[in-house]
Amino acid sequence: MIEGIPMQHLLIVSLFMFFAGVCGFIIRKNMITILMSVELILNAVNINLLVFNKYLFPEQLQGHFFALFVMGIAAAEAAVAIALIINIYRRLNSINVEEVTEMKY
Amino acid sequence: MSFQYTILILLIPLACFLINGLVGMKFKPLLSGILGTAGLGIIWLLSLFTAYTYFFQVGQVNGEFQKIVVINAEWLRFTDKLHIDMGILLDPISVMMLVVITTVSFMVHLYSIGYMHGERGFQRFYAFLALFTFSMLGLVVATNIFQMYVFWELVGVSSFLLIGFYYDRPSAVAASKKAFIVTRFADLGFLIGILVLSYFTGTFDFIALTGSDQSIFASGAAASFMGLSALTWAALLIFMGGAGKSAMFPLHIWLPDAMEGPTPVSALIHAATMVVAGVFLVARMFPVFFFQAPAALELVAYVGGFTSLFAAIIACTQFDIKRVLAFSTLSQIGYMMLALGVSGYGGHEGLGYMAALFHLFTHAMFKALLFLGAGSVIHAVHSNVMQEMGGLRKYLPVTHLTFLIACLTIAGVPFLSGFFSKDEILVAAWQSNKFLFAVEFLVAGITAFYMFRLYFNIFWGKEKTYAHPPHESPLTMTIPLVLLALGSIFAGYLPFSELISSDYKPFETTLHLSVAIPSVLIGLAGIGLAMLFYRRESTLPDRIAASLGSFYKVVLNKFYIDELYLFVTRKIIFNYISRPIAWFDRHIVDGTMNGIGWVTETSSQKIKGLQSGRISQYGFVFAIAAVGLALVFIYFIN
Repeated sequence: MIEGIPMQHLLIVSLFMFFAGVCGFIIRKNMITILMSVELILNAVNINLLVFNKYLFPEQLQGHFFALFVMGIAAAEAAVAIALIINIYRRLNSINVEEVTEMKY
Repeated sequence: MSFQYTILILLIPLACFLINGLVGMKFKPLLSGILGTAGLGIIWLLSLFTAYTYFFQVGQVNGEFQKIVVINAEWLRFTDKLHIDMGILLDPISVMMLVVITTVSFMVHLYSIGYMHGERGFQRFYAFLALFTFSMLGLVVATNIFQMYVFWELVGVSSFLLIGFYYDRPSAVAASKKAFIVTRFADLGFLIGILVLSYFTGTFDFIALTGSDQSIFASGAAASFMGLSALTWAALLIFMGGAGKSAMFPLHIWLPDAMEGPTPVSALIHAATMVVAGVFLVARMFPVFFFQAPAALELVAYVGGFTSLFAAIIACTQFDIKRVLAFSTLSQIGYMMLALGVSGYGGHEGLGYMAALFHLFTHAMFKALLFLGAGSVIHAVHSNVMQEMGGLRKYLPVTHLTFLIACLTIAGVPFLSGFFSKDEILVAAWQSNKFLFAVEFLVAGITAFYMFRLYFNIFWGKEKTYAHPPHESPLTMTIPLVLLALGSIFAGYLPFSELISSDYKPFETTLHLSVAIPSVLIGLAGIGLAMLFYRRESTLPDRIAASLGSFYKVVLNKFYIDELYLFVTRKIIFNYISRPIAWFDRHIVDGTMNGIGWVTETSSQKIKGLQSGRISQYGFVFAIAAVGLALVFIYFIN
């Protein structure tokens, strides 16, 4: 299915996804968007895991399982993060990350 | 015959202390007093029984008294040879001290039920009395010098607590602190002495130290420091501890002030038992002093002789009746120290040793009686000062009679106990040192004079007007007076030299008329002089005082020793030692610590802005740092 596609191309996609996630995490103000950026970062990592597994050790499955774990963790993290965001919204009436600076010094 | 039960003599007062101290406030005061007195009554009987069985049944084997170690449990182990034990050692002097302590303590417990009636802290008083009794008993039965030191300090603490019993009076607080600090200072010397001695001998044990095997002292005798052997230094330092506790010159300053405590306490601690601990210590270590450190023993004699004269002169000028008695105590303890100092070892040579302990025994009886009598007088007129007393013989017949007996005893009137013991001391002094004999002979006269000055001023003289008519004390107070008076009369008839001697072998003594007759005469002369001066109101004493001028003033102010101490501590030690140390502490030690704190706080104030609470900022720093680290790992670290 993916024969004929060199490994580098897949890694470049993953790289773009990763830095898109990092940039989104730093630049965006909306917490939901930040959460989405985090998902992007995690999925970039997942692509890396699968690509290296497929191309370097095709007879093994560790990379696949690790990607499954990361997805599970990401789902849990998303649930906790959304719960936090809802509570922050109730409390401060905003989900702008600039306004949530309660935990400074 | 087993002496295992003697452990009870220690445990019962301890139990009384714990019960009265922990739950005493829940009791009615009288119950607490009765509990303490009953406990003491039991151990008094036990002590008498112990003394009887020890001296007359089992103590003596082949004409020599045995040292019986009843119990000896290891308490702290340092090395195989050096360990601290706790135990009970019975030998003639410790058995005698058991009798002295429990007798006086029992009388004082009984007396205090009347004397302390209605005082605040009655239960606390009984708790402290029991603690003192326990510590003092532990001190005398100690099997080793370190156990003695532990109880020595306990005795000091209970003395401190009892002097400061009226803790709402500033003078009592000051007196208790003074007593504690002065004796603590002396105990420092004692501790160093113990350590030096045990370093060289490798043992704390009294039986080893005072036994016939002198080889353990070889290394100590060989080592020398500043011209004296290490053992002499050890003996001098140990004597320093004894001198502090026994209030020998120049460490005597705490004892007169200690009279701020309740009068029964003065009778128990500052007359009969604790202050003779120094005499007991020297007696306990006597073979060490005699064979290994004769120079220290000579110092003991001179310090004792000087203190007895010095204190007797001051006693003639004081007006507070308890202070007169305090100085008289100093003087009498000086006698005992002197007797130990001039004593030889073995048989009749050791007369001084026996005389010192004999005098300790009789002195405990008559001095406790004097103090309790004074307490009875104070109870009646509510004053300590003899100018506010006079003509009390009509109001206090029992106190008057017993006080008279005590005065006659201390003055050395024939056939009362003080006569016998003082005679032995004078004989011992005569045999070894004529100069000290002359001093003691003079002191015998002065003693009679000041005791009868006290007596005539209180019970004769012009009758004063009293706010309340004085009344005789209750029975709980007069019974101890009568019992102690009987003790004062008859204690002298004990065959003391057959019980207590320096080498534990009985010997015979006889009355030395050539010494006894002059000493009785000078005592009677002192009494006569006092009668002339004070029996009736007269201006003669004042005129004599005026003619003595500045000398009288110096004596009245106790030779300005207290002022000298204050000068040395306040002006010299505080200014030149304490202040610089305090400065160093405040500026260098505290400064370093405060500086560290200041640097930490200031720097954290400066950099706390970094924690802004903005997640994107954290994320940015994190990402840059991660990239930076990645670059470092890729390009600089293989």
